[in-house]
Amino acid sequence: MTHPIRVLIVDDHAMFRAGVRAELGASVEVVAEASDVDEAVAAIREHRPDVVLLDVHLPGGGGAEVMRRGASSPGSPSGEAVTRYLALSVSDAAEDVIGTIRAGARGYVTKTITGSELIDAIRRVSEGDAVFSPRLAGFVLDAFAGTIEISAVDEDLDRLTEREREVMRLIARGYAYKEVARELFISIKTVETHMSSVLRKLQLSSRHELTRWASDRRLL
Amino acid sequence: MTTSAPTTQAPQVRRATRDTRQPIIGGVAAGLARHLGVPVLWVRAGFLVAAVLGGSGVIFYAGLWLVLPGDQLYDRSAPGLESASRQGRRPGRIRRLADSGPAVALVALGLGMVLTAEAIFGNGIVIWALVLAILGFGLLWRQADEAQRARWIDQSERLNPVRAVFGSGGWAAYVRVGAGFVLVIAAVALFAVRHGRVSDVYDVLISAGLGVLGLGITLGPWIWRLTNDLAAERAERVRTQERADLAAHLHDSVLQTLALIQKNAGDAPTVTRLARSQERDLRAWLFDAAPADDRTLVGSLHQIVREVEDTYGVDVELVPVGDVDLDERLSPIVAATREAVTNAAKHAGTPVVDIYAEVSPDMLEVFIRDRGKGFDPQGVPVDRQGVRNSILSRMARHGGTAEIRSTAETGTEVRLTLPREPRQESNP
Repeated sequence: MTHPIRVLIVDDHAMFRAGVRAELGASVEVVAEASDVDEAVAAIREHRPDVVLLDVHLPGGGGAEVMRRGASSPGSPSGEAVTRYLALSVSDAAEDVIGTIRAGARGYVTKTITGSELIDAIRRVSEGDAVFSPRLAGFVLDAFAGTIEISAVDEDLDRLTEREREVMRLIARGYAYKEVARELFISIKTVETHMSSVLRKLQLSSRHELTRWASDRRLL
Repeated sequence: MTTSAPTTQAPQVRRATRDTRQPIIGGVAAGLARHLGVPVLWVRAGFLVAAVLGGSGVIFYAGLWLVLPGDQLYDRSAPGLESASRQGRRPGRIRRLADSGPAVALVALGLGMVLTAEAIFGNGIVIWALVLAILGFGLLWRQADEAQRARWIDQSERLNPVRAVFGSGGWAAYVRVGAGFVLVIAAVALFAVRHGRVSDVYDVLISAGLGVLGLGITLGPWIWRLTNDLAAERAERVRTQERADLAAHLHDSVLQTLALIQKNAGDAPTVTRLARSQERDLRAWLFDAAPADDRTLVGSLHQIVREVEDTYGVDVELVPVGDVDLDERLSPIVAATREAVTNAAKHAGTPVVDIYAEVSPDMLEVFIRDRGKGFDPQGVPVDRQGVRNSILSRMARHGGTAEIRSTAETGTEVRLTLPREPRQESNP
């Protein structure tokens, strides 16, 4: 890539924004910061960043609202590079995280992530890949729990294939993409394909359980 | 004509309250003095003079005592301080003998007043009855103040009738209530015998008793409903206060942690451990709807995470999928997990350990993984009991399996499995 990735940081804690900016350093270009939904939408329209680092809990309707209004903003010609969202949160509430993913985020990482891992995640998201932290992988497995059949390799959006499930399980166990690929004897590209497919299912699935599974997920 | 600038805030209404912190009788004079902005001595002198001149001071005082609320109802301070006073962690009022000086003076003055009145008007019995009644009601009202304060602090959800009268108890409360009633009854009796016939006393006492009974029957249901409403509101308030107390406690512990971090600023591992442990507490409070307890698999894994993080200063990332109640049969997997995580924290030499626990309909699986230096599972010395006994044999004994994969490049991963249904032979 010839130019550095242009990043917008959206978080309502100024201290945290400053911390992230310092950690990212010179490896990406932080074009702006925003502290609530309105500021974020305005900044997205003005700067057209490649990646928006988005807090899940945000004054004005949460990170999901930013994506809803950012997507409907006028004047985004299809030829131009699209803005992608990476959710970054301290909240472990599963329904909020899944809700943000379903609203359009390409990934979710927790705020305790190290600087180099965060830069790596931003790069992946900017290239259109999905970023699953172990925690998100756990949530996904939980969300799709009980719908797996061993031979189900159809296009049904409501279930994960056995391979996708294996990938998710390895990610949840703390494996890096490279290690997942080695473990399953597949290429990193295939791992990324599986991840994108899981992300798509997560975003498009109409399973009504998915939206309210969080409340009764402790019952098995 | 000038227009006043619009204010964003509603003008604060100054309310007169009784000063219940150090009352001599009911705190009316002190409260009134504070409200009017005059020295309390003037107010007290005013009441005394009015009491001497026809007794209106006494009636005025009693009326204000009834009407003015105690100031603790409106006493708002910082949340942490309020929480601390509710839990009795703040120094309370200190009473010294010297503080009772004004009360003694008041008694002496009152006695002089009564004797003067007697000298002027004669007819001593009615005056004495009046004095006894005033003293009796004063004591009972004073006790009502104390009980109100106790109720305000009390954290139990139900309204206790005994506590409603006696407050937090103590001999002073019982003496006040007992003496108050005795004085009031004595006053009634004294009033009854003013004509000199003892038999009248019974008639008057009985008719007074019947009057009280009739009032009780008339007002009883209304008071009962009022009490129920009060109890419901009180329960709500107590719950709110409990949440506030919890929040205050957490913020307090954050303060302590910040202080410790400042002291240990140069010691990176300690700072990390403190911050991590505080983060865990706050996160659990903010985002966990149901606090995990150690009766479920995930709850006990959280417990292990806490212990290991605090003891060894490593990050332990727990990702659970599903949960199940623990019983005798399933607890070995928790014990084995504890051993494996502890080993990883102690020997692997990495700052992060991952735990992944999955509950599927027919089995439990736990993976413990680190990216440390690894070891040779076959080459564990026989005298090292940890791996062999606590993990491998334990899982085998309970019908499960334990696998250890370890290389120098990828670190170590321990896989524990345990079927959820007991084997046929162990469950006849």
